[in-house]
Amino acid sequence: MRISGFSLDGERLPAPLPIWRATVRSETWQVLARALSENGGRLLTLWASDRTHGASGGLVISAAYAVPEGLLWLDLPLAERAATYPDLVPFFPCAGRLQRAAADLLGVVAEGVSDRRPWLDHGAWPENYRPLRRDQSPRAAGPHREVTDYAFVRVEGDGVHEIPVGPVHAGIIEPGHFRFSVVGEKVQRLEQRLGYKHKGIEKRFTELPALQAHRLAGRMSGDSTVAYGWAYCMALESLAGCEISERASWLRALLLERERVANHLGDLGALGNDAAFAFGLAQFSRLREDWLRLAKDAFGHRLMMDVVVPGGVTADVDQATAASLADQCDRIEREVQELRQIYDEHAGLQDRFLTTGRVSPGLAARLGLTGLAGRASGQAADLRCDRAWIPYDQLEVKIATQRGGDVAARVSVRFDELLESLRLIRLLLSRLPDGRTRSELRLPSKLAFGAGWVEGWRGEVFVALEYDGDKGAHCIRRCHCHDPSWQNWPVLEHAVMADIVPDFPLINKSFNLSYSGHDL
Amino acid sequence: MWRILKQIARNGIRSEAPPEPSDSLRVGGERIQRELLDILGQALSIRQVDAGSCNGCELEINALNNPYHNIEGLGIRFVASPRHADMLLVTGPVSRHMELALRRTYDAAPDPKLVVAVGDCGCDGGIFGESYASCGRVANIIPVDVAVPGCPPPPLEILRGILTAVRSRISPG
Repeated sequence: MRISGFSLDGERLPAPLPIWRATVRSETWQVLARALSENGGRLLTLWASDRTHGASGGLVISAAYAVPEGLLWLDLPLAERAATYPDLVPFFPCAGRLQRAAADLLGVVAEGVSDRRPWLDHGAWPENYRPLRRDQSPRAAGPHREVTDYAFVRVEGDGVHEIPVGPVHAGIIEPGHFRFSVVGEKVQRLEQRLGYKHKGIEKRFTELPALQAHRLAGRMSGDSTVAYGWAYCMALESLAGCEISERASWLRALLLERERVANHLGDLGALGNDAAFAFGLAQFSRLREDWLRLAKDAFGHRLMMDVVVPGGVTADVDQATAASLADQCDRIEREVQELRQIYDEHAGLQDRFLTTGRVSPGLAARLGLTGLAGRASGQAADLRCDRAWIPYDQLEVKIATQRGGDVAARVSVRFDELLESLRLIRLLLSRLPDGRTRSELRLPSKLAFGAGWVEGWRGEVFVALEYDGDKGAHCIRRCHCHDPSWQNWPVLEHAVMADIVPDFPLINKSFNLSYSGHDL
Repeated sequence: MWRILKQIARNGIRSEAPPEPSDSLRVGGERIQRELLDILGQALSIRQVDAGSCNGCELEINALNNPYHNIEGLGIRFVASPRHADMLLVTGPVSRHMELALRRTYDAAPDPKLVVAVGDCGCDGGIFGESYASCGRVANIIPVDVAVPGCPPPPLEILRGILTAVRSRISPG
């Protein structure tokens, strides 16, 4: 096959989006990376797998790129057990932490990288234990150890001091550590240390039946349960050759758009609150509660967990429910329009939002800023428009972009996307096709690969799945889940430079990145 | 400004009646406030600790602050430091990497203190279980007074768990 001008040895996976999988050699790995970085390709994710199968197979490093043709999944088999592979950081800076995570989980190392600090491994696991290697069990590896300190980069000079924050934060938020180096109130440097929530999700996948593991995927990040559920099920359906009904696809999109609205309502309130506008929090959190209560009535769960299942969805929407869901869109839309005007006209609020936490479009492109935050910095990518799969191919989704790259731009994109999602929900409800909501999914009786790719509210969520149905094995051999937060966390370090420390919570909230989805 | 006032006036007060604690006596908001004062001699201060959750529980804990649940109106407040807290509200599973931070947070809270574990993962490790990276339930690391199941438990169940823990002060068990 030919992708982006390269002739590759591979296949197209049977997924609703165009996803290609190919095996490459070490030289091609780097040549392709260079070519793709020069031609607007984006590195979506990078992960390692242990594909040892009896005496054959071995370690493999994989990368997924967004290219004009769709998604390109590349496998590079590594020659020996302690093998290394060519570094991708020179072409895609976001590869840095992904490569460090692959080193922690499987012991494969990129050649010549300068930053070899562990990332997800905090030193607490048994010595030399690589959790995703097939020949290792934690019991045999020895006792757990105390967590170790992290070598933060020191900023030196007159009047520089450090402010350590976390892992336990001062609000109802996820844990992580931020190390600020400041002069006076100005932030000179922010360095993050994440991985506190690492709870072994990717290892856990291999212990669950494939038809149950969508529940685990739905708990990668609680605020994106529909996006992950859909991406996992898409991967499983693609490797099983299962085509879901049109109605099931439309219902999944309905759930996904409702998830987007729920998160934007929550964030818009919290952003007002972080700029000392408590009125905003009260109003938006009221709307969010209305939204979640109707989700509970219509789909049986406030956050819509476990509604997307392999083969379709568990909930159906009858006419009465459709009417109440559409009515609520009208009500919420009126209120959001009113609140948007209040936000726009509030001088104190705009003073905090404008120019704060700025990521210029140029920097965003260089660092690979993605998803909602990327669109607020001129990176016009949205899978629902670029790769419109069913049912988005019939909805003409309008992309929301801004070029300001500041908190105000991210607020504005949220408002636009919220209103667009309300339009989409009404459209989905009014044109919902007939049919069943769930199809039978028969797992293959051989080794198979599948992938899922979905535009969640935060950005692109990707799942790569390797399933072994051979000789009664019937197990997930590897499931890699990728959250767009991997790309965006490092950019947050840049966004706060030269801003003042008290603006950090506001800037952080305007990105609202996932810790759990990143820490795995 | 008039738009803000109009929006406030139009929506009015949306706070709803709090739930009954698990010992089945129906109590109103005033009674909850009085009990908090009788038992604790002060408003209830809670330090929330996410020890490794998927963030679903945090979304529902945050919902306790919305105008419908209006938890501050009952005299219950989320505080920024364990040193100010009467109660730790902990979500899990406890990751290995949060074990030390959770122990330290527990030690930093003044005695006597209450601990409420929130969510299936906090109760028994949930879908993540125990592994090289997960210590499982919260009670594996620190003493727990009340555990609230659910994935995630809805806000009212979390509030019920909080009230039940406070009541356990007068009638242990």
